[in-house]
Amino acid sequence: MNGEPDGGTGGTDGTGGTGGTAPPLLQLRGVSKSFGAVRALDGVDLDVPAGHVTALVGDNGAGKSSLIKTVAGLWAPDAGHIRWQGRTVVIHSPKDAERLGITTIYQDLALCDNLDIVQNMFLGHEVRRFGLLDEGAMETASRDTLRELAVTTVRSIRQPVASLSGGQRQSVAVAKAVMARTRLVIMDEPTAALGVSQTRQVLDLIARLSDQGVAVLMISHNLNDVFEVADRIAVLYLGRMVVTRPASEFDRQSVVEYMTTGATSGKVG
Amino acid sequence: MAGDDVVVEGSGPDPDVGTASVKGVGPDTLAPAAVPVAMPEVVADSLGEYLRAWWVRIKGGDSGVLPILAGLVIIIVIFQSQQSVFLSAGNIVNLLTQAAVFILLGLAEIFALVLSEIDLSTGFVAGVGGMIIAELMADPVNWPWWSAVIIGLAATTAIGALHGTLITRLRLPSFIVTLAGLLGWEGVLIWLADVDKGAVGGVVRINNSVVYNLVNGNMSVVAGWITLVVVVALYAAVTLNRSFRRRRQGLSTPPLSITIATIVLVAVVGVALVAICSVNRGALVALEGVPWVVPFVLVIVLAWSWLFARTRTGRYMYAIGANPEAARRAGINVAWIRTFGFMMCSLTAGLAGLVYESRLGSIATDIDGGTLVLYAVAAAVIGGASLFGGRGKPVHALLGGVVIAAVYNGLGLLGVTAAGQDMATALVLLAAVTVDSLVRRRGRTMA
Repeated sequence: MNGEPDGGTGGTDGTGGTGGTAPPLLQLRGVSKSFGAVRALDGVDLDVPAGHVTALVGDNGAGKSSLIKTVAGLWAPDAGHIRWQGRTVVIHSPKDAERLGITTIYQDLALCDNLDIVQNMFLGHEVRRFGLLDEGAMETASRDTLRELAVTTVRSIRQPVASLSGGQRQSVAVAKAVMARTRLVIMDEPTAALGVSQTRQVLDLIARLSDQGVAVLMISHNLNDVFEVADRIAVLYLGRMVVTRPASEFDRQSVVEYMTTGATSGKVG
Repeated sequence: MAGDDVVVEGSGPDPDVGTASVKGVGPDTLAPAAVPVAMPEVVADSLGEYLRAWWVRIKGGDSGVLPILAGLVIIIVIFQSQQSVFLSAGNIVNLLTQAAVFILLGLAEIFALVLSEIDLSTGFVAGVGGMIIAELMADPVNWPWWSAVIIGLAATTAIGALHGTLITRLRLPSFIVTLAGLLGWEGVLIWLADVDKGAVGGVVRINNSVVYNLVNGNMSVVAGWITLVVVVALYAAVTLNRSFRRRRQGLSTPPLSITIATIVLVAVVGVALVAICSVNRGALVALEGVPWVVPFVLVIVLAWSWLFARTRTGRYMYAIGANPEAARRAGINVAWIRTFGFMMCSLTAGLAGLVYESRLGSIATDIDGGTLVLYAVAAAVIGGASLFGGRGKPVHALLGGVVIAAVYNGLGLLGVTAAGQDMATALVLLAAVTVDSLVRRRGRTMA
């Protein structure tokens, strides 16, 4: 917010973070991005700790998508820097993000309808034996991962993704990220277009994900969902990060005020 | 897509709408019952459950190769009732050799269709490949047959690489690039005949016995039976071994009875095929045995099936056909896999050219590549590949090619004119595309 690259947090520089208070998994400091005259991100600071769900909220055009695309490596920020486990990193491409352990699940989920669950979960990372696909190993690993995440609603992991419900598809996308040993999962509107019980499934899944020590950064318009699963809430307003606090320090009213005006009328904070 | 899914849970797309009130409105607002459109073998443990799941899947519109087999039976019954020669050994063998070119061209088209592309040039690419092979074997070059075949197939593969490069690097639609190929490669074919002094009237004869006998020569009867026994034994060993191994690992496996039934079916079809081919069908001299082209085509179908089902490249082709963006995000080199698909497509077309010239004993500039490519697409789609990408297997081209050959052969026996033959094939094709389109629509609404 203040545009200073090294604002605030003490003792985070490159110590590896094994002893004492470890730095947050991901830190953004003074990240800015412009498209022509439009300043999409303006000196954004954000901490995303491991094992917690951070909700990123804001009105349309607030810069939520720009922010996650920066972290996902789709483009480089104009200014500011990104720290991963306390170390400054440059994320040039989605491959770089993947190598660090960052997976982004977009709304379209990027699943292939004609492939089954196992095939989707291993797409691009197939296990091979003698140069051929090792279906047995992949099926076993997929089954174990789904079981860890308590995804039990699918009848068979060999059914094509086309036959799954929206919540199940979301679950497959998350399981795919978990299998790739992801440290940070970024989810773009994970519950949009889902019915009541399916939203339930996905929220439970997000909670289990953070229980396993994975950091979750979730974009959502739905404040019900945000208050249900988020440990921390970060509000963007016109490209600036106006507030980041534990979810317990907000109420619905104050979040809406931050989202729509960039400030709050008083009683909170 | 995601919006369609909520009906499965019986709730509306809007989370605030109570499900109970929606259900109370009337029967037409009710979502259809959730029917899993899964492969039956993956959700069933017992034979009964397997068959039930299969039936559900057929009702759901995803019927696999069943309609095509049913259609083939109907076609056979109709022609046999009209013309008793249809199922004679001589005609069946003739039909198989006719089908070989359709099958191979359809197989070529499978690569393009799975990638959600199309290749309109396969007919003339086959012609160019055949012409190169024939000219290299004939005077004045006189190369050994195998080197001519290797160069001819390499040339067609290079043509595919050119198509694929134009399509992926310049981002041109495959329809246009291969439409240009349809025109351009016919030009190249005529030019190849023009520069060859030995090609009288654009015709180059096949003087090599190995290439000629690919279609016109037969295995000995004993060799045919021995091959069959070996092939069936190998097939049974491999499938049973796989089934037991998967069962031991606790992976989803079709019921053992289904595996055994499949092996028995393969054995029965194989025995029937070899038995029919072993009947002496010659009028003056003995003519018996399985034509070499039958194992030739089957080996290619098997090899390409293996490529599609067991290798990473095959998996990526399906992924790209369904969702290229997902494939790209998964780190797949989409441009290369697409280019590779077009190379395999043209290579297979080259093999079709080899079979074509072997059957006729010559290759000429009047090869009707425009019609052949339509048969190729028809064969693939009739067999069960989808024009909309992401779905199709080599076995589909095999079945579709046999159907097209059966229609042509049967109508020819009945003395139907070329006009009638074309119209009949058009109807078969329309029927197949309708099935494809219906399956797709039902799959969408139910998924």
